[in-house]
Amino acid sequence: MPGNYMPSAAELFRFSPELLLTAAGTLLMIFEAITSPKQKRSLPVFAFLSLLAALALAVAASSDPGPAFNRMLQVDGFATFFRVLVMAIGAVTILISTNYLKQAEHEGGEFYSLVLFSVVGQCLMATANELIMIFIGIEVSSIATYVLAGYLRDDKRNNEAALKYFLLGSFATAFLLYGVAWIYGTTGTTNLSGVRGVLLDPQNAPNAILISVALGLVLVGLLFKVSAVPFQSWAPDVYQGAPAPVTAFMATGPKAAAFAAFLRITMWAFEPVKNHWIPVLWFTAIATMIVGNFAALRQSNVKRLLAYSSIAHAGYVLVALTAASKTGTEAAMFYMVSYAAMNLGAFAVIAHVARKGERRVEIDDFAGLGNRQPLTAAIFTVFLLSLIGVPLTGGFFAKFYVFKAALDSQLIALTIVGLLNSAVAAFYYLRLIVIMYMQPAPEGVDTLPEPSLGIRTALVACSLATVVLGVFPSLVLDIAGRGASFIR
Amino acid sequence: MNFLDLIWLIPLVPLFGAAVMLFFGRRLSKAAISIICPGAVGVSLLLSIAAVIQLAGLKEKIHQVTLFPWLPLMKVDMAYLLDPLSSVMILVVTGIGFLIHVYSVGYMGHEGGYYRFFGYLNLFVFFMLTLVLANSYPLLFVGWEGVGLCSYLLIGFYFNRKSAGDAGKKAFIVNRIGDAGFILGMFFLYQLTDSLKFTDVNEALRSARFGVEHSFGLLSLTALLLFVGATGKSAQIPLYVWLPDAMEGPTPVSALIHAATMVTAGVYMVARSNALFQLTPETSFIIAGVGAATSIFAASIALVQTDIKKVLAYSTVSQLGYMFVAAGVGAYWVAVFHLFTHAFFKALLFLGAGSVIHAMSGEQDMNLMGGLKNKIPITFRTMFIASLAIAGIPGLAGFFSKDEIIWQTHASPLGSNFFTVVGLITAAMTAFYMWRLMFLTFYGEGRMDEKTRHHLHESPKTMTVPLMVLAAGSVLVGWLGTPKIFGLPEFFRGFEGWLEPVFEPVKALASEGAEQPEHAFEWFMMGVSVVIAIGGIYVAKYMYTKLRRDQRPSGGMLYPVLLNKWYVDEVYDLIFIRGLSLGGGGLFAKFDREVVDGGVNGTAWTTRFVSTVSMWWDTWIVDGLVNLSAFTVRALSFPVRFLQTGLLQSYALAFVIGLLAIFGYYWVR
Amino acid sequence: MPNQLAPAEVWFPILTQVVFAVVMAVALVGVGLALGKRVKNKVKDSPYECGITPVGSARNRFSVKFYLVAMLFILFDIEAIFLYPWAVVYRELKLFAFFEMLLFMALVLVGFFYIWKKGVLDWAVDETSDEKIQ
Repeated sequence: MPGNYMPSAAELFRFSPELLLTAAGTLLMIFEAITSPKQKRSLPVFAFLSLLAALALAVAASSDPGPAFNRMLQVDGFATFFRVLVMAIGAVTILISTNYLKQAEHEGGEFYSLVLFSVVGQCLMATANELIMIFIGIEVSSIATYVLAGYLRDDKRNNEAALKYFLLGSFATAFLLYGVAWIYGTTGTTNLSGVRGVLLDPQNAPNAILISVALGLVLVGLLFKVSAVPFQSWAPDVYQGAPAPVTAFMATGPKAAAFAAFLRITMWAFEPVKNHWIPVLWFTAIATMIVGNFAALRQSNVKRLLAYSSIAHAGYVLVALTAASKTGTEAAMFYMVSYAAMNLGAFAVIAHVARKGERRVEIDDFAGLGNRQPLTAAIFTVFLLSLIGVPLTGGFFAKFYVFKAALDSQLIALTIVGLLNSAVAAFYYLRLIVIMYMQPAPEGVDTLPEPSLGIRTALVACSLATVVLGVFPSLVLDIAGRGASFIR
Repeated sequence: MNFLDLIWLIPLVPLFGAAVMLFFGRRLSKAAISIICPGAVGVSLLLSIAAVIQLAGLKEKIHQVTLFPWLPLMKVDMAYLLDPLSSVMILVVTGIGFLIHVYSVGYMGHEGGYYRFFGYLNLFVFFMLTLVLANSYPLLFVGWEGVGLCSYLLIGFYFNRKSAGDAGKKAFIVNRIGDAGFILGMFFLYQLTDSLKFTDVNEALRSARFGVEHSFGLLSLTALLLFVGATGKSAQIPLYVWLPDAMEGPTPVSALIHAATMVTAGVYMVARSNALFQLTPETSFIIAGVGAATSIFAASIALVQTDIKKVLAYSTVSQLGYMFVAAGVGAYWVAVFHLFTHAFFKALLFLGAGSVIHAMSGEQDMNLMGGLKNKIPITFRTMFIASLAIAGIPGLAGFFSKDEIIWQTHASPLGSNFFTVVGLITAAMTAFYMWRLMFLTFYGEGRMDEKTRHHLHESPKTMTVPLMVLAAGSVLVGWLGTPKIFGLPEFFRGFEGWLEPVFEPVKALASEGAEQPEHAFEWFMMGVSVVIAIGGIYVAKYMYTKLRRDQRPSGGMLYPVLLNKWYVDEVYDLIFIRGLSLGGGGLFAKFDREVVDGGVNGTAWTTRFVSTVSMWWDTWIVDGLVNLSAFTVRALSFPVRFLQTGLLQSYALAFVIGLLAIFGYYWVR
Repeated sequence: MPNQLAPAEVWFPILTQVVFAVVMAVALVGVGLALGKRVKNKVKDSPYECGITPVGSARNRFSVKFYLVAMLFILFDIEAIFLYPWAVVYRELKLFAFFEMLLFMALVLVGFFYIWKKGVLDWAVDETSDEKIQ
């Protein structure tokens, strides 16, 4: 098929955030190689600023929505929503990381460069209108994240985390790719709109069995990425083993992007055959909520606890997806924003308390934090309350809208299971609050230094976001509503 | 000045106080804290009074203030609503809240964490006011969750006591279960009426679109779900278990949160939703039934408790049951009226108990008290009044409201004589256990040890003045709701008239076909309840002043049952723990191992068996619901941990199984 | 295709290439045989003249540098292979493909520059500064 392959200026503009981030990431590698250790201090600043610039470009690009590169990408409200979200996550990650890396004596431009590359991959996943592009996005994002998970090479836990994540991740992506091949074989296209067109066409409706197989394989790949049961088993091990800032990043960025791709695939491409995937998601959502919450109850390691908690939260988002409606899509989008805010914040606190070598990640290490650092403890409490879903926090409305969407779609059993689960979940988050405020710090505990500037900024930003989402949810909900209208 | 437009300030002032405590509390002196926090609630009280007076001058007694749009998706704003119902509530919350703040200045004076305590207390008042001033269900829910959170923080205030922490957690978890019902009910309500604003919802429910639902349908389900929320917050069967444990908190907290305000939130919510409950006689009947069962059940437990605060706790559960009976038979104004009077005398009783405990150097066991009458005279006299009031002696607040409830169970078209009988029996029990408390505490010989006796002293002014104010209230407020047959001027029936705009349209529905009850019978009923109250007091007097300890009737088989609170905690344990643990296999295996090992040697077998069982009994039966959750969790997390081996192969296997499950599903369908 | 070519003309370039390849291979080996010095000893007869002994325990520890080099080889190898599909569609894509490949090569060069600067390619690193390999 001949044609003009030279992309137009408009297309390049739509893709400009990714271009900028790629260039910045590459430059960071050059800088890392040629700068002196003292000059390297400015590398995170450079990465942070380029993320902000890319964020501005993404917002600017949304003024001129449309396809790019032969309809492989689709820049619309939905894409912009998730692009901005993952870039913000990247920026907060950088804030959390600097001091952590300094303590670990592993400062280096590579870290930030990898964060930028991973964000590029996530942006691709959000904008992709093409299964191959989604695959490439997943790979770019994942490979960078694999390396980040094992960033502290001398740390055994880091190594284990990276290796497990890599092996299982490749395994899951293989399923996804195989599913894409089946889709191509069945429908003759890998373009999401194309697939949708074929499925809508009553004349040559594809074989239901073939579509089911293809869909099943793709779902496995996606469910792995969002750590849904039974593809969740990697998450606790990897989240626990990776450095805390990286865990913060992994638990939010790739997950948000994966849900973006998930929504595009289910709610747009495979929307015509939604009866095929709704029951699967129904079961997965229930299993994910239950496994996540009940396993979290028994954890004594805070990182692992939050890992299970993030599995449970994926379950709630899956409830919204199961609703298979515009409200459900909006609810899922809103959920990802508040989820990102509260989880980044919570992991930032953990990174701060854990300090060098992460020796202080047991629940008991948080004893007396309310007295030792009242403000840090208060902010952590805000995140925990939001994770519980107490009103006036983002977490409450996130759940509220998810369950509303589910009820609108007559998913009564799912809603009840979800509500009961959120009651159970209160138990393990409260344990942390109790320990922080109601248990004195053990004798002879070493002093906890004041949080660094980066962590402080991240904490303030995340807690503000959590509260604002709880008090003025419409600010984000309106944008989500406009974004969701693109994919119905 | 137009105070009606300033009603948003009423909750905000205490929030400001809480914020000051959070940020600067540590650096402030006790004197400053003692001024700021009670002062904040005092300002709210003044604002409330001013606003309510202006409300009374309005023709249409309703005023809304919208602050900003909040949930456009559900057409809900951040807005406050002042109407007769919420004005009663804010006066109770700020008025009694203020007195309790003042009291706490004296009571908590010697405790650590002074600023923390007042910060929580102010925060609580903020959420409680938000709850009662909300103009929509979601905002009410904000307050609802907020007060639960503060209650949790305050119960666990003595954080070095493990039982306190556990009790706080139990309260929170049990309430979350109720909240699940509430949220669900809220969603259903939205589906039904397309709004969550009280005014819109009521308008919709009273319109021709909805009629009375005579069989159990969607309306009844919605109402029932809301009521489930209410049972959690207002400690009704089966979710009442948290309230007695909540007495672990400081006594002013018990008075404010667990007697006067928060626990009545469920009653308030039901009254607020009266348009819905009025359409659902089935659910209303359930409410009245649950209320009646709770009232008699809790009263029976209160008969034998020896901890002074536990008696009052079960008494509160019982009185809340009364309120639900009233709401269930459609007499919403009476429910609110009893809420109003109860707030006074129950707060007084708790604060008085606090004063007693204060005098007794922290002792709470009534068996170790006695003869305090002359040692702490102000406390004694005020508590005397309150005990007369709760027992239902004519002329005092409790008499008018309780009597009206019992009368309504007979007179209301939704009522039933069964409820009347239960109400009367409960009234007798109430008189008995309250006066048992009085006689054990204040009369007879002192049974405390020498050191405590030496240390007995009346509480400081900051504590006794609130007691006296509340005592005056316990006498007077009942006169706002005298029965019609007294023939007093309109003012003395003002309470019903004041609330009429909120409930009036409902009443029209309820009284359909209701026959006018005969006056003579009403006088007769009143007489019966007075006789019952005096009888209860007399029996208590006879048993606890005339008889020696060993002469008192033991109650036979019933006594241990009551003392152990009908074994409800234990039954919950048995059902959940035993079933689950046997299913999980862990305990079963342990038991098996212990028993079989022991079987080799007969003697050892017996010993071990007995010790195992008794240990098991101690560990699992005695510890209660919090352990239940822990155990449930352990049982449930067993399979999860089994899967989480850490081995890549098994993870990958799980993937494949998952994929096969998906394929299998497609294959089958 | 615009004009049909005779079979001989089609196959001629391929024939040329095959002949050239064979001649080249034979010539190189032949020149080596003709001019090289013959040494026969144990080391020379082993499969790999330098590097790892092929016989013995498989659990020997190797320097991590072997792995690094192997990985880098694979990376750059695959990047080089990427040129083949590019060459196939080059005519169709014209200038666009040219710039794309320039960009690609630039990125590969950045990677190369990075590993070079990081000292991965320095086989014999000073013992005192073995921190250099990052």
